[in-house]
Amino acid sequence: MLLGRVIGTVVPATLVDELSATPLLWVQPLDKNGEPEGDPLVCADGTRMAGPGQVIYWVASREAALTLDPWFVPVDDAIVGLVDEVHRYSKKELD
Amino acid sequence: MILARITGNVVSTIHHPIVDGRKLLLAERLDQEGKPTGGYLIALDGIGAGRGETVLILDEGSGARQILEDASAPVRSIVVGIVDELYLDPK
Repeated sequence: MLLGRVIGTVVPATLVDELSATPLLWVQPLDKNGEPEGDPLVCADGTRMAGPGQVIYWVASREAALTLDPWFVPVDDAIVGLVDEVHRYSKKELD
Repeated sequence: MILARITGNVVSTIHHPIVDGRKLLLAERLDQEGKPTGGYLIALDGIGAGRGETVLILDEGSGARQILEDASAPVRSIVVGIVDELYLDPK
């Protein structure tokens, strides 16, 4: 699972039937410092609560579909949870 | 499986029910010298790992679901071991 930031909402005109009830969000993956890293992707929103600007963590592959109900859907990236805070230990705390 | 060091944790209130009561850890991947490679994972804690520990992370879904004993858990990265020591064979 990795961090990401919601940068937009995807409004599809036509979708396969299995995805018709799934909210789709545009997500920019983030590195460990919260900086953008890599290309944006479209995630199904398993929490149904994420919105633009929200930092989230997401999961790829088959596990993505398991965030949804029903889970037998053709999805490859999905939001698992919303991030309130990422606490990073200081160098002193780690040593 | 991946070697990583726990360098932080993630606080999340709204999430999938499988995350309830479990720790989410920020784990930085390590190279063969034990230094961070720059890569990271947000991993669920399956074993009681914490600050600064070198851990073994499973990054595969069906194994993670087996550990969580939940066939519908949308989790891929889970800490499955805490590493005491690493020996790199001399060349």
